[in-house]
Amino acid sequence: MSHSIDLNIDHVANLARLALTPEEKAQYATQLTEILSHIAKLKEVNVDGVEPTAHAFPLYNVWAEDVPVAGLPVDLALRNAPAQRDQMFAVPKVVE
Amino acid sequence: MSSEPFFRSIGELSAALARGELSSVDLMRSVIARTEAVEPKVRAFNSFDREDALAQARSSDLRRAAGASLGPLDGIPIGMKDVIAVAGQPLTASSRMLANFVSPYDATVVKRLRAAGAICWGRLNLDEFAMGSSTENSAFQATANPYALDCVPGGSSGGSAAAVAAGEAIASLGSDTGGSIRQPAAFCNVVGLKPTYGLVSRYGLIAFASSLDQIGPFARSVEDVAILLGAIAGHDPLDSTSFHTGIPDYRAELDRRKGPWRLGIPKEYFGEGLDPEVAEAVQRAVAHYQKLGCEVKPVSLPHTEYGVGVYYIIATAECSSNLARYDGVRYGHRSKEAKDAVDLYFRSRAEGFGSEVKRRIILGTYVLSSGYYDAFYLRAQKVRTLIRNDFLAAYREVDAILTPTAPTPAFRRGAKADPLAMYLCDVYTIGVNLAGLPAVSVPCGFSQDGRPIGMQLIGQPYGEAELLGIARAYERDHPWAQKRPVL
Amino acid sequence: MNYEAVIGLEVHVQIKTRSKMFTRAPAGYGHDVNTLTDPVVLALPGVLPVMNKAALDAVVKAGLLLGCEIAPVCKWDRKNYFYPDSPKNYQISQYDRPICLGGAVEIELPGPARNIQGEHKRIPLTRIHLEEDVGKLNHGALDSLIDYNRAGTPLMEIVSEPAMHSAEEAFAFLTSLRLAMIYAGISDCDMEKGQLRCDANISVRPAGQTKLGTKVELKNLNSISFVRDGIAHEIRRQIGVVNAGGVIVQETRDYDGLTGTSQSLRSKEMAHDYRYFPDPDLMPVKVDEAWKQRLQATCPELPFDKQRRFLSHYQIPYTITSVLIPDQALSNFFEEAVALAGIQQAQVVGNWIANDLLRELGAAKRALADSLLRPVHVAELVKLIEAGVLLMPAAREVFAEMFASGELPGAIVDRRGLRAVTNEGDLEQWCREALAGNPKSVADFKAGKESALNAFKGPVMKAAKGKANPKLVDETLRRLLAQSN
Ligand SMILES: [Mg+2]
Ligand SMILES: [Zn+2]
Repeated sequence: MSHSIDLNIDHVANLARLALTPEEKAQYATQLTEILSHIAKLKEVNVDGVEPTAHAFPLYNVWAEDVPVAGLPVDLALRNAPAQRDQMFAVPKVVE
Repeated sequence: MSSEPFFRSIGELSAALARGELSSVDLMRSVIARTEAVEPKVRAFNSFDREDALAQARSSDLRRAAGASLGPLDGIPIGMKDVIAVAGQPLTASSRMLANFVSPYDATVVKRLRAAGAICWGRLNLDEFAMGSSTENSAFQATANPYALDCVPGGSSGGSAAAVAAGEAIASLGSDTGGSIRQPAAFCNVVGLKPTYGLVSRYGLIAFASSLDQIGPFARSVEDVAILLGAIAGHDPLDSTSFHTGIPDYRAELDRRKGPWRLGIPKEYFGEGLDPEVAEAVQRAVAHYQKLGCEVKPVSLPHTEYGVGVYYIIATAECSSNLARYDGVRYGHRSKEAKDAVDLYFRSRAEGFGSEVKRRIILGTYVLSSGYYDAFYLRAQKVRTLIRNDFLAAYREVDAILTPTAPTPAFRRGAKADPLAMYLCDVYTIGVNLAGLPAVSVPCGFSQDGRPIGMQLIGQPYGEAELLGIARAYERDHPWAQKRPVL
Repeated sequence: MNYEAVIGLEVHVQIKTRSKMFTRAPAGYGHDVNTLTDPVVLALPGVLPVMNKAALDAVVKAGLLLGCEIAPVCKWDRKNYFYPDSPKNYQISQYDRPICLGGAVEIELPGPARNIQGEHKRIPLTRIHLEEDVGKLNHGALDSLIDYNRAGTPLMEIVSEPAMHSAEEAFAFLTSLRLAMIYAGISDCDMEKGQLRCDANISVRPAGQTKLGTKVELKNLNSISFVRDGIAHEIRRQIGVVNAGGVIVQETRDYDGLTGTSQSLRSKEMAHDYRYFPDPDLMPVKVDEAWKQRLQATCPELPFDKQRRFLSHYQIPYTITSVLIPDQALSNFFEEAVALAGIQQAQVVGNWIANDLLRELGAAKRALADSLLRPVHVAELVKLIEAGVLLMPAAREVFAEMFASGELPGAIVDRRGLRAVTNEGDLEQWCREALAGNPKSVADFKAGKESALNAFKGPVMKAAKGKANPKLVDETLRRLLAQSN
């Protein structure tokens, strides 16, 4: 495809926190460029004055009253934790 | 009809249970035996728990013995797509990321099914995180099409469709973001409904694209779909996008809706890329509606060609954010190689997600990133408005829209290696999600080589009762779904 | 060269609600770790947010209080970034359509002396929006541990315009904002508990220049004095860099209040691209007139307005107002006591409260809310003194006693026989006897020796068993001496 798509796969993968292999990067770059050139079709559409749809059926003021409900007991909260210590979720050191 | 319990309808089974001809435990045993027999060929389930299912069946039998049956679903095994949370059961999204995850809570639809006495039966395979159209993207296994074992069952709810078609569940739940219920229903000769956005709670459904996702039923008849929809539909205070709307008795409404209806045929759905056998089957169904006295009108949905583009921007953008929570911190796959917390994200996500999921996360991250938002996401939302307006304009002239569900019957596994080719399979189903409308896929024939074909009926917002009535009017004369696969 | 600092603050205020911002898991401080969670707080697969009405009310109220324009429609956006304290790895916040726009915080700068009111200014606000808090990371030697109790707590972000020019102004801004939030019951704003947190954007420029200098974001100003010290330190640092011919780099710096130094957070500079987009799981919010009016009715008088009223209406000194106003309960206590004692007693009441009551509370380590001594005690005490029934040293004793027991002062006076003699006949008789008993001092006084008067007071007090009103004794003696000419 001759469409020039400005896709910096390293930057995007960094934002998405995905470690990609060089092969994956090359493959995704090619595939996404093809997909993006299909998507580029949208530029043909005149959208002047068109409101964006965030919700197909927008409602307003969907809320709940501030009445607390018992949550998860700590053992259930930690049930799926890959690592835990002292009733907390453990992660490798966060480097500031 | 088939005498085997596992192939009977919910209506027949609940009547037999009520008459005491059958117990729920008998039914569950029949379904388990069938599952064990055919599962090596079909591979619809990620997991199932016989003992748990039998215990649920025994509870149902006890209720019935005590004269406290909870209705037509009491004691009926319903399969669950493995993206719907059931407390105490695995919830994997067919992803390595969640291979060991056990849900501590029930989805709202599950709570409702439990309240109706249904048995939560098994975890059904899907394309990882519901991203795909063939169920080949599962991290665990590829499900086969029960009618053509070398073909895909469709996707992403391929396991839900295949299990029902193969008699491994009486009915099931799936989810539909761009066609993920309707397309596998068409491929597997079952009825599959994607409800109006907001009719069925999404609480407890693993999110793919929040503004498009809906849970919906699969069954072997329109009536069974109506029964299941009645049980799961309705406002949920835990889902802010759920609608307050009256829920009719969809089953009772089926035969009250008599038409004749005005049916719209969008020319954009019958063009290039449509398999001639599919076109012919759908045209025969159109002719049948005409015979029933329906008025068939051409309508135009002029922005159809932009649907796939709009969909892949909105769906991937939302998914890039929805899937950020899978980081190996609180749950899910954690890389053993991580040097520090940041590295943990990069490696866990790289190891935990499959390639289609990563591709979509990358695309979604890109279209939201600084400098591209207006050109992609915002523009897609505006074109989404135009697509929605196309449908609403058509509904000024017609009661429902009839289209093929998919451009082709089920394709062979491995046939669509190119992602864009796979994305384009969804061309007829995507518009419905973008517009938030209800749509049902109804079996309407078979290809020469025996692969099922489905047609799609698209209804008006919250018009499920009418839509199912229209579907039922066809099915009454053409019970294609009663043709069983040879396994 | 002279430099001018330009400071803008971003203040995060936790809203005092019973449940979290987007789920009904309980909110609170000081609970066992990870006991205030639910599937939504932990961002388990499949969960959805539902907003907390009370938190919305609180932000609308804050906006009305600070004179903001309340947006008729606002929406929710996702701010996408990865950090282990953020369970979803996005924060639900408000990006381009916040709930409140504009508004201002009135501040008072330090006066020339402690007892002189300083200059007042209005610092304009850019916006206020609503969002959710994150969990807490505990950094260990080898790993980090996460407690998600705080995650999902409603959080209000108040952004000022870059309109402050000194650490004192920033300090005054935060003090004033904090007090307004406490007055309105929106937050307790306890900085130690993280209920109020402050980041500052600071730049310097040559005096007179209009273009802004390069700004540095200073984080972790976690106590009200760190705000002042941290900003002052940063201004000095920047001027130092510029004076030495250096260039300010745009960066985020972390202030360490204990050492009074700051560190660049270079590792966090990984280009932020938050990929904001409207949260598809939440619907927009419409705020109509009726809603605003309902909340307007719950808005308290702002602290500075109250202070102006105290100064003009009660005519009490600035120093007393500056003790009363920062404590809403104490200032209410004052008003109740004055209402009972009479407005002409306002200053006396104010003195008893600002001095004696606070001293007793401090000594007893007791909060005003737990005080047995109520406004009625102070009012009655002041009335007894005014009527001459209770004399000064005795009044102090009565105060201490009623603080300890809650007994009313009249009852204490009677029980302990502290009632001063107010019978003028008795007093006059004692005075005549004292004068008669000391003719020399009578002569001295008449000769102009004023101090001679004191010689009569002892015998009078002795006769009165100490319960004569000294002022009355003084007057009576003078009257009798004048008469005896
Ligand atoms: Mg995180
Ligand atoms: Zn913030």
